[in-house]
Amino acid sequence: MSNSPTTPGIAPARLHPEDYARHFDDLYPDYDPHEAMVAADRCYFCHDAPCITACPTEIDIPLFIRQIQAGQPEAAAKTIFDQNILGGMCARVCPTETLCEGACVREMAEGKPVEIGRLQRYATETLIAKNAHPYERAAPTGKRVAVVGAGPAGLACAHKLAMHGHDVTVFDAREKPGGLNEYGIAAYKTAHDFAAAEVDWLMQIGGIELRQGWRLGSDGTLADLQGEFDAVFLGIGLAGVNALGIAQDDAPGARDAVEFIAELRQAPDLAALPIGRHVVVIGGGMTAVDAAVQSRLLGAEHVTMVYRRGPEDMSASDYELSHAANEGVKIITNAMPVAIHANGALREVEFAYTHQGPTGLEPTGETFRLQADQVFKAIGQTLEGAPEELALDGRKLSVDAEGRTSLAGVWAGGDCTGGGEDLTVTAVAQGRDAAMSIHAYLTGAGG
Amino acid sequence: MADLTTNFIGIKSPNPYWLASAPPTDKEYNVVRAFKAGWGGVVWKTLGAEGPPIVNVNGPRYGAIWGADRRLLGLNNIELITDRPLEVNLREIKQVKRDWPDRAMVVSLMVPCDEESWKAILARVEETEADGVELNFGCPHGMSERGMGSAVGQVPEYIEMVTRWVKKHSRMPCIVKLTPNITDIRKPAEAAKRGGADAVSLINTINSITSVNLDDFSPEPMIDGKGAHGGYCGPAVKPIALNMVAEIARDPATAGLPISGIGGVTTWRDAAEFLALGAGNVQVCTAAMTYGFGIIKELTAGLSLYLDQKGMTLDELQGRAVPNVTDWQYLNLNYVTKARINQDLCIQCGRCFAACEDTSHQAISMSTDRKFDVIDEECVACNLCVNVCPVENCITMETLPKGATDPRTGEVVGDYANWTTHPNNPMAKAAE
Repeated sequence: MSNSPTTPGIAPARLHPEDYARHFDDLYPDYDPHEAMVAADRCYFCHDAPCITACPTEIDIPLFIRQIQAGQPEAAAKTIFDQNILGGMCARVCPTETLCEGACVREMAEGKPVEIGRLQRYATETLIAKNAHPYERAAPTGKRVAVVGAGPAGLACAHKLAMHGHDVTVFDAREKPGGLNEYGIAAYKTAHDFAAAEVDWLMQIGGIELRQGWRLGSDGTLADLQGEFDAVFLGIGLAGVNALGIAQDDAPGARDAVEFIAELRQAPDLAALPIGRHVVVIGGGMTAVDAAVQSRLLGAEHVTMVYRRGPEDMSASDYELSHAANEGVKIITNAMPVAIHANGALREVEFAYTHQGPTGLEPTGETFRLQADQVFKAIGQTLEGAPEELALDGRKLSVDAEGRTSLAGVWAGGDCTGGGEDLTVTAVAQGRDAAMSIHAYLTGAGG
Repeated sequence: MADLTTNFIGIKSPNPYWLASAPPTDKEYNVVRAFKAGWGGVVWKTLGAEGPPIVNVNGPRYGAIWGADRRLLGLNNIELITDRPLEVNLREIKQVKRDWPDRAMVVSLMVPCDEESWKAILARVEETEADGVELNFGCPHGMSERGMGSAVGQVPEYIEMVTRWVKKHSRMPCIVKLTPNITDIRKPAEAAKRGGADAVSLINTINSITSVNLDDFSPEPMIDGKGAHGGYCGPAVKPIALNMVAEIARDPATAGLPISGIGGVTTWRDAAEFLALGAGNVQVCTAAMTYGFGIIKELTAGLSLYLDQKGMTLDELQGRAVPNVTDWQYLNLNYVTKARINQDLCIQCGRCFAACEDTSHQAISMSTDRKFDVIDEECVACNLCVNVCPVENCITMETLPKGATDPRTGEVVGDYANWTTHPNNPMAKAAE
């Protein structure tokens, strides 16, 4: 070990080599079969269960848990995948405490919900680990669909379309498919390269061609796709990042959190990844938490997350925030960045305390400075590179309930559209539903 | 601390917990461990006639069913009576009784159904100075195929005959152990009484197949691809045992016949229930086999505490519930109750709704915001909602006072009246 957490500046190898594997392994290991049985036994099989309603993909949760209880996790997995083909990843990244587990009657009764997320992971893992794909393609329809973006929305859409016999080509700008699953979430949430394994598993349906390194706009236009395909689905996510708009926010050491997370996810050797001794993360969402926690896990001595509003407005879940706190991340709220101070290297970030005034957030007048070798900006992503011919709803693509855009024959879903909370599970639901709408359109069935 | 000393048909023990005749009582080693732990007595594992020892299977002898966390709920066995030489068992019985004079030592017996065989074994047992004998007319597997065990217990005439032989050839107290694998438990009990039995003990195990291996298509436990029915015991059989004990306790023909209660006693509460239904003591096996002999501390302390809390002696508990065991026809048809849901305790799982709506009387309503209410006009007070509700005391039964009108029937709640005088009963007797 050449460095330590107290090595000044930005440095790699702050930890013992074996610490990296441990730090970035599964946060919770998979249940063993007995644990799963005991956890499943806690489910009451509620009538018209609130957990189903709370799930954006409406998985029949009591049914799949009963199937685990009955000793058939593979059948449970099928129940999950019927509704959510990325049920494996969702089991890892869903903020379950605000979704299914938050609605669990045992949460109300005892503050201890049935561990639906972990049970879902247990069930889905049984099939994915065996690389057993439970679906077969319908007879080919001869119809061709272009899906732009190989993230959760695009993959869910592509799988459903392929299942119905359509030929799908997925275009994606990155080197690997998976979107945020591959590039945008903390490594310990998808340990052992699960995101890639899940895509491989999903692709077994057949009829899906992946075309990586293809960027909408520069490599082809929406009109090109419309000319070549019978329908187009856009799951292009949010490619842009909001800027801080303060002095020296481009100083060396100041970077976007999404870029840091992507680099970390693709790093062949985490020990080679340099990290600051003092790290400041600006933002209050999941991306901020993932950047902050992983900074600590890489050996940063001091990591502080700063959010401009109060804790109740943070979009990161309570669970994520307490996980961050457990990992030693300090969280400061009601403080907005006003300047980055650098002289060659980054030195400090200056913040102003805020309070809610009559016209919005106002500085109180009091400021403070945090020592920083590195600053990660995580103040939100924005739609970028969307075809200009599509109507917007605010800052996102405008779609109807089925995912139809303003342009006939073009659908969209996932983070690039409004309405959702930019959750993986919401993107899956939108991709899936758009696929069914496209299928109806292509086959002339129904509306 | 309440005194738990018991005197069961003249056999004294420091508490009413005996280990039933079974593997835990097969050897001096086990029995001494039990006595050291505090067990009140044992019924030594069944001895057979002099001769070559019994042979057991050499594959698994037990099958089981479990709850989700592997809590053992029911156990089944195909083990036979003791497979150790008779003289070894007799020598050990004598030694243990000498070493532990304050503990009950009863010897279980099963020999061929002829007077000479019984006479011979009884003479040998008397020499051990054991406190009494228990006649094993209960084992449903293996020995029954050879005309012993439940093959005798299923024929009241044989029970009477053998019991008579035992009383004729021995001065020892005699307990007749009954098999539940019959249609009416009162008949064998009456036969035992006629034969001169000092007590009956019940239940022995129930014929059962605990599970089927769905890969090899054989019952479990599987012996080389085959399975035979075995004797079922443990917590799952307690309700069956309680009923059979109560039937004997309340039948005028057998009332007062001492009963040693057996069947799924796992905690002090189970024992108290058997005692309240007329048992003079209880015998335990599966709980000890599951958790070891250490459970005796909970069993004795729990029963003492309960008696202290009730200000009751063991004698006062014994048989206390028997007068309240009656026949359906005498139940009060003017006792009207309605389910009541405590909204503060309700966790909105909707199980009561599903149970009532799908399988019962459509007497629970569900609002869009998941509020569940009882519809008194439909509620027949079946109690299913109470039983399926996962929250204890969330749903309870409220008794309508006399004079109130039952919204379901429109009838006013009146005085006690039962089926025997009900107008719909063609056999009704005029009310007096």
